Amino acid sequence: MTSPKRIGKIEFGLLSPKQIRDMSVCKVIWPDTYDDDGFPYPKGLMDPSLGVIDPGLRCKTCGQKQGDCPGHFGHIDIAKPVIHVGYTRLIRKLLRITCRDCGRFLLDKEEIEKFSALEDDPYSAETIGEKDFKKERVCPYCGEQQYKINFEKPTSFVEVISVVDENTGKTIKTEQKLTSADIRERLERITDDDLRLLGIDPDVARPEWAVLTVLPVPPVTVRPSIILENGQRSEDDLTHKLVDIIRINQRFRENQDAGAPQLIIEDLWELLQYHVTTYLDNEVAGCPPARHRSGRPLKTLSQRLKGKDGRFRGSLSGKRVNFSARTVISPDPNLSVGEVGVPLAIANEMSVPVRVTKQNIEDIRAMIRIGPHRPTLRDPCGANYVNRPDGRRIRLIAGPEGNCDTVAEMIEPGWKIDRQLRDGDIVLFNRQPSLHRMSIMSHRIKVMNGRTFRLNPAVCPPYNADFDGDEMNLHVPQTEEARAEAELLVAVQENILSPRFGAPIIGGLHDHISGIFILTNQTKWYTKSEFLYLLKYTKMDKMPEPGKIVDGVPYWSNKQAFSVILPKDVSMFYKATCCQNCTPCTKDSEAGCPNDAFVRIVDGELLCGTIDKKSVGAMDGAILNRIIRLHGTRRAREYIDDLTKLSIRAIMINGFSYGINDTDLGKNEHKQIRDVLDQAESDAAQKISIFEQGHLEPMPGRTPEETLELQLMSQLGKARDRTGDIASRHLGFENSSVVMAVSGARGSMLNMAQMAGCIGQQAVRGERLSRGYEDRTLPHFKRGDKGAGAHGFVRNSYKSGLTPTEFFFHAIGGREGLVDTVVRTSQSGYLQRRMINALQDLKVAYDGTVRSTGGKIIQFVYGEDGTDPAKSASGQPVDVKGIAESVLKEEI
Amino acid sequence: MAEKSLEEKVNAALEEAVVEEPVVEEVAEKKTRSKKAKKEEEEVLSPVAQEILSWNLPKTLFELVRKWAESKTEEELEELNLEHLHARIQRLIDEKMPVSTTTDLVKILISKQDAGKTVTDEQFEEIITRIKREFQMTRVQPCEAVGINAAHSIGEPGTQMTMRTFHFAGVAEINVTLGLPRLIEIMDARKEPSTPTMTIFLDEDYRESRDKAREVSWKIEAAPLHEFGDIETDIAEMCVLVQVNKYVCKKRKIALSEVLAKAPQKIRDKRHYREFEVETDEVEGILKFIPKNEDSYQNLFQLAEHVRQVIVQGIDDIRRVVVRKENDEYILHTEGSNLKDVFEIEGVDCKRTKTNNIAEITSTLGIEAARAATIDEAYATLKEQGISVDRRHIMLVADIMCMDGEVKQIGRHGIAGEKESVLSRASFEVTVNHLLDAAIAHEFDELSGVTENVIVGQPIQLGTGDVKLMVRRVPPQE
Repeated sequence: MTSPKRIGKIEFGLLSPKQIRDMSVCKVIWPDTYDDDGFPYPKGLMDPSLGVIDPGLRCKTCGQKQGDCPGHFGHIDIAKPVIHVGYTRLIRKLLRITCRDCGRFLLDKEEIEKFSALEDDPYSAETIGEKDFKKERVCPYCGEQQYKINFEKPTSFVEVISVVDENTGKTIKTEQKLTSADIRERLERITDDDLRLLGIDPDVARPEWAVLTVLPVPPVTVRPSIILENGQRSEDDLTHKLVDIIRINQRFRENQDAGAPQLIIEDLWELLQYHVTTYLDNEVAGCPPARHRSGRPLKTLSQRLKGKDGRFRGSLSGKRVNFSARTVISPDPNLSVGEVGVPLAIANEMSVPVRVTKQNIEDIRAMIRIGPHRPTLRDPCGANYVNRPDGRRIRLIAGPEGNCDTVAEMIEPGWKIDRQLRDGDIVLFNRQPSLHRMSIMSHRIKVMNGRTFRLNPAVCPPYNADFDGDEMNLHVPQTEEARAEAELLVAVQENILSPRFGAPIIGGLHDHISGIFILTNQTKWYTKSEFLYLLKYTKMDKMPEPGKIVDGVPYWSNKQAFSVILPKDVSMFYKATCCQNCTPCTKDSEAGCPNDAFVRIVDGELLCGTIDKKSVGAMDGAILNRIIRLHGTRRAREYIDDLTKLSIRAIMINGFSYGINDTDLGKNEHKQIRDVLDQAESDAAQKISIFEQGHLEPMPGRTPEETLELQLMSQLGKARDRTGDIASRHLGFENSSVVMAVSGARGSMLNMAQMAGCIGQQAVRGERLSRGYEDRTLPHFKRGDKGAGAHGFVRNSYKSGLTPTEFFFHAIGGREGLVDTVVRTSQSGYLQRRMINALQDLKVAYDGTVRSTGGKIIQFVYGEDGTDPAKSASGQPVDVKGIAESVLKEEI
Repeated sequence: MAEKSLEEKVNAALEEAVVEEPVVEEVAEKKTRSKKAKKEEEEVLSPVAQEILSWNLPKTLFELVRKWAESKTEEELEELNLEHLHARIQRLIDEKMPVSTTTDLVKILISKQDAGKTVTDEQFEEIITRIKREFQMTRVQPCEAVGINAAHSIGEPGTQMTMRTFHFAGVAEINVTLGLPRLIEIMDARKEPSTPTMTIFLDEDYRESRDKAREVSWKIEAAPLHEFGDIETDIAEMCVLVQVNKYVCKKRKIALSEVLAKAPQKIRDKRHYREFEVETDEVEGILKFIPKNEDSYQNLFQLAEHVRQVIVQGIDDIRRVVVRKENDEYILHTEGSNLKDVFEIEGVDCKRTKTNNIAEITSTLGIEAARAATIDEAYATLKEQGISVDRRHIMLVADIMCMDGEVKQIGRHGIAGEKESVLSRASFEVTVNHLLDAAIAHEFDELSGVTENVIVGQPIQLGTGDVKLMVRRVPPQE
């Protein structure tokens, strides 16, 4: 498929008038497109020799059909030269630095010498800039007096001729407009050698070519006319503009031939210049944009290239593709992380090309017989198209009137069919914004009922996906190379370790962590049926020995259940997320840690400790990290699959939910909270009165006001934390939110404090709320009231409900967050784009250096030690601690 | 062959990195050289240390082993069998593992020994084999698109960073830009950050006491004249009178005469206001400023304002200095930055003193220092936000920014705008101008980069696209 030929390089240059005429197939003179009967005018803008856009017709020039004919240029002879807007700055520079008479540089030989290349070093040549020239002087070659050239936007040049009046001694300045023809003449006089010094290559870009005498007319394929629903033709913006140019050009010529007065000629010339200018760029400063009849500015050449949706960024760097699908995503914990559930409707529509060979011809016949119709999941996949070696394509039609059976008999080796997707096919899966390489990973397909893509929630972190209506895209690779790369490089399991920090980015989240925490915390015993219930979806092949037998009934411990999914040679020792950092740490004592927070795994056996976020969470995943290093990515994927299934089962044994009464506190606690808040508010009031009396000691480098604000902020913050402490003392591990906060699954103690205790101070830009009315936030307060309540302190909890003022303050605080998110996404998006553009060409060469694709060396050894961060142990080249733990099987 | 030489290079680079001192400024060198020499003479190595020194270890490793050995009594040392440890360390060094790895392992060996559980030779060998295997595994592969990885790794967490421009970085008094705006600032290679700040470390003689530290801070903090005494505008006499307070001068450790001389001079030089004459009373400490134009009240008040605000002590750019105790020493935090002038101040430890103004570092300390500062600043900014990013990614970005000897911006006016390829530049920003200029200069696009090849629709020269292998078909053997 891929041709071995490569484009070597692309050359850039200006088109000379001769080149334009040579490549032209048609001199366009008729300022219209189609006549009343719908035929293109000969020599008009839609001349059939310019290419074909209507299906079925053949090109008059090359004889090819629509789609094959690339189109052909025509040209317009412009009556008088006009300036190319893109080159006005160049023209200005050239006019200023060259003699108005002889066209040489306004530098003498010695001055020029400085810029020429040394004999032995051709690269020593410097290009001359405008700064190197002095203003207004006499030409060193012909002695002609030089004048100042003024440039007036968008395209006119004025020469200021200053003459010293002999009688009065005053200088008289007269402005003389330079016509495009004058300018062109002057540019023609500049010598090739001089131009080279400016960095202009006269072989491909004589400056006078920037003053147009002949305008190329782009092929119709560039500016196709579309037929509207009502049968009317609607022309492209470029065609409209070209019509204008030809019309004015025609009129100009008629007037010129008729010997019209200079004034009219000049006006028309200017008009012609305007049309050519806007044809090239419709957003030139100082030039009103040409508009459509509806008032919409026309999209001309420059606008087609520019910007996000322009040719470069919109159509060349990023393209629309076939074999892609998009729909809403939803979770399915029973899938592997390496799988994706695809709706049958999508699987039926999308296809993979399969070449017919002697070996598979019968299978393929079967697929063709089925055709495009696959009613249920259980049916084998069919085929949508058959491609013959001569390039013809046969669409398969199901049913008795269909062609499936006939085509099935026709096929022979060498043909290709487009087979429908089936379980196990590899596809690329993507969620925008694609901020890092894990935003596109390959999954294996599982065809499913329903209309959404299904994925294991454990792969959400790399995609940054959730299920609140997110949509994702799916692409089906069409060649063997693409499939091989997808499988070996892009697969989910190959992307478990993030190149950002060298640790797993995929891992359990939310309920996985809650579940595994509930399962492994402290010691629990399960009967055989319970144990099997927990592990029935994992890859357990045989039951471990029971942990204890009571009255002849075998029991298995919760730690054993987790140990089943671990490889047998993992040995690890670490503190879990739920560690409370108590002093002294009692992990080595007889009784062990009271929170069961010290994890001890020896030879794949969890001896003590609780498995939580630190062990299995995304971005942490200590165990997963170790498994990848010991057994590779495939085993790691299996571990994640087992883990997600086990933890979901574990959480389902008792169920896990949250309700309003989970935030209930006792009478006593409510009183304590009230007391704390009352105390805080009265303390604040006291501080304020000290301040108002002028006795407040300001902090160094702060005014008393700022000091007061800072102190109040911290005081009220502390009060909120205290209410949280009171609340959490009341709530224990039977409370779901405590389980979630302690295990690291979701939320924090702060969230709990806000639900049960007190929401606390609302802030904008890190300060108490202060804006609104004169000297107060709301008219409900007295002017100058500095109290807690008047500046956004919310003493209620989410459960007890907010007062109207509190609600308003809370909304203020909440809005800041929203605004922040919006600003941030655009800013960080741009930063990312810039960084990618700056760094995209860098790669590690075979000698270990980092080079740009042009060959420039950036680093001699990548990262100073040649370690790949994606494979490193959190940045270290070798995970010494992990290796020592594995070998010594004891704590380090 | 190539592989081996690479490995050697890696190790050489690593060792160098560890042994190398932090970037040292020449001024600092001069100042500290004498002290340093003295210190080394005084320091007599203990016999154990001398023995360990003879092992020829890299510096960090030597320090580690020395500290450990010196903490033991002689009897304990007898038992410890240092030779055995030496043999093991030598083995590690012979394997050419990175110094950090070796150090980590030695640490483990030592702690195990202290805990009374020795690592057996078999276990040690097993560890070594595994380390070697893992080291080979973590080498970066040729053709890896490290640039894109780096850009992703820094760009992606950008969405998680806060926008809040101002934050109190440990010191409540001084505002510092943090989070995304700071990261953007670093990548933009701005001439001056929005909140320039310095962290000034002090010499041994000054870092111990608050008073000494305060003394240095007075020499740094810009103090306007009005802090030194009363300033009166006498409308009747048409003059501005300054009564300089001697006690303030004494407290601030500045001579009265210096204040008197500096004030008018600095108004002329720094504030560029020359329309006045001055009379000085050295004894009483009185300065009398008389405007040249005696009729204009406007001039008089203008002059008065200049007199009030003229900076007579400290460095002009440094608006505020805060003394703070951190890790048992006093440190100065400043608002405003002027690295060059601060280096001149006595008592400043030039080796450790930092600024967040990277452009200033470039001009005073050079491009290597700027690179190091870029890395540190970006790393610290990300870390402060709780985002872990591998240092190597940031290093790559810093390297490409500093490659040509000046700090170049990531973006249109820097790296992206100076690329070789026309198509790549055109597809980034200011599309049309790049195309027009390319035509005039008769440029060629060699189609070596990523964007160019995507545009023309051929495989890119990175990763699997860069491998030029052909399969030769072997005819099936009969």
